[in-house]
Amino acid sequence: MCKRQGGMDYPARVEVLTPRSLQEALALKAERPDARAIQGGTDLMVELNFDRARPETIINLNEVAELRGWSRENGSLRLGSGLTYTEAMEGELAGLLPALAEASRTVGSPQIRNRGTIGGNLGTASPAGDALPPLLVEDAEVELASVRGERSLPLADFLVGPKRNALGEDELIVAVRIAPSGSRQTFMKVGPRNAMVIAVCSLAVAADRERGELRAAYGSAGPVPALIAAPLDERATFAERVAGAASPIDDVRGTAAYRRHALRVLAARALERVLT
Amino acid sequence: MRIELTVNGERREADVWAGESLLYTLREGLGLPGSKNACEQGECGSCSVLLDGQLVCACLVLAAQADGHELVTVEGLAEDGRLHRVQEAFVDAGAVQCGFCTPGLVVATAALLERTPEPTDDEIREALSGNLCRCTGYAKIFDAVRAAAAGGAS
Ligand SMILES: Cc1cc2nc3c(=O)[nH]c(=O)nc-3n(C[C@H](O)[C@H](O)[C@H](O)COP(=O)(O)OP(=O)(O)OC[C@H]3O[C@@H](n4cnc5c(N)ncnc54)[C@H](O)[C@@H]3O)c2cc1C
Ligand code: FES
Ligand code: FES
Repeated sequence: MCKRQGGMDYPARVEVLTPRSLQEALALKAERPDARAIQGGTDLMVELNFDRARPETIINLNEVAELRGWSRENGSLRLGSGLTYTEAMEGELAGLLPALAEASRTVGSPQIRNRGTIGGNLGTASPAGDALPPLLVEDAEVELASVRGERSLPLADFLVGPKRNALGEDELIVAVRIAPSGSRQTFMKVGPRNAMVIAVCSLAVAADRERGELRAAYGSAGPVPALIAAPLDERATFAERVAGAASPIDDVRGTAAYRRHALRVLAARALERVLT
Repeated sequence: MRIELTVNGERREADVWAGESLLYTLREGLGLPGSKNACEQGECGSCSVLLDGQLVCACLVLAAQADGHELVTVEGLAEDGRLHRVQEAFVDAGAVQCGFCTPGLVVATAALLERTPEPTDDEIREALSGNLCRCTGYAKIFDAVRAAAAGGAS
C-alpha cells in the first residue's frame, strides 16, 4: 500500500473544488478537462488510496443540489446522478423500478449503498455494474451536460466498452431518464455470498405485457452489460437465447462456461418470477 | 486546504492535504484514532462512522467532502463517561477479542438500532454485512446486538 498521505509521492498540487451548482460544476469541468468528478467516492477513493489515479483536480459534486434525488417529469422519472443505492431501495421509487431496487440491495454493504451512486456506476461503466442491467431493461436514457449544452443518449450507446463510456472530456453525467414500463421485473446476481460481491454474473428480466415483450440484460458476462429482447410468446426459448447472446470470459471470479450456464438458470428462474 | 466540520458535537477545523481520506484526517489530524484503518477500500467496515447520520466508510470519503458536515465517530457514542448501551453489550457478551473490528461494529450496530430498535436476525445480518471480524466467528457479536436491542426496548 502506498504512503501517499501527506502527499510525498503524489503531485504536489492536488486540488478539490466543490461547486454549489450544476452550472458552476460544468464551468470547472470545461476549464479542467482532466479533473475527475467524485460523488460517493466508493470507486474513486479506492483508486486514490492505492495510488492508481493521481488527478491534479477533483471536482466534488456532493453539494450540487441538481444532481440529488429523483423526480417525476411528464410521466417519466428523472434519477439524479447522485441518487444513492439506499435511496433507490426505499419508498415509492422502489415500487416504480423494482429491479433497480433489488439490484441496489445487492450492492456492497450498507456503508457502500449509503454513499455509492447511480451516476458513479455509469461513470465507472464496469461490465459488473449492478445498476446497469435494471436500467437497460427499462430503456434508460443517460443525460449528459457540458457548457456546450445537454445531450441524451440510450444507455446501450453510453456503454462503449469495459470501463469505457461515451462521456466527453468536458461533460458530466447529470441524470438518468426512464419511462417506467410498470412491468413485472426482477434482478438476480451470482456470487460467493449475498453481500460485498462483484457479480460473477447478473441478470435483470422484465415481462412487458403492454409491449408484448420479454427483456433481459446481463452483467459480468460480456464487455458491457447488454440487452436481449424477444416476443412474450417465445418464453420457452428465452433462457437459451440469453445464454447464447452473452460473450463471457474466464477470469478470477468464474469461467465463461459457468457464466453461460448460470445465465441460463437465472433466466429460467427469473421468468418464473415475472410470469406467474 | 482547511476544512471545518462538526465532530461528535464539537466544531473542529483541520488542515488537510486535498487528496486525503476522512479516515486519515480523523486519525492523524484530529486525534481520533478510534476509527480503524485496515483495508482502505471499503471492504472491512473498521472505519465506519456516521456522516450526517448515515453509516459510511471514512476511508472512502474525501476529507474535503466532509467540509461543513456533521460526523459521529465511535469516540462520540459514550455520554458523560458512560458507555453507550451497544458498547456495554459488546463488553458483556465477550464480543471483543483483538478488538480491531469493534469500533466499526459498534458504530454500525448503533446505526441499526437507531432505525430498527428490534431487528430480526436477518436484519442484523444485513446491517452488519459490511463489517468483518477475523476473531470471533460472529456468534458473540450477534449476542451483543440482540442484548443491546433488548436493553433499549426495555
Ligand atoms: C466495498 C465495495 C463494494 C462494492 N460493491 C459493488 C457492487 O456490489 N456492485 C456494483 O455495481 N458496484 C460495487 N462497488 C463499486 C461502486 O460502489 C459503484 O460503482 C458505485 O456506483 C460508484 O458510485 P460512487 O458515487 O461512489 O462513484 P465515484 O467513486 O464517486 O465515481 C466513480 C467514477 O465515476 C465518475 N463520476 C462520478 N460522478 C460523475 C458524474 N456526475 N459525471 C461524470 N463522471 C462521474 C468518477 O470520476 C469516477 O471515475 C463496490 C465498491 C466498494 C468499495
Ligand atoms: S478501512 Fe475503511 S472499510 Fe476497511
Ligand atoms: S475481534 Fe478481532 S477482528 Fe473482530
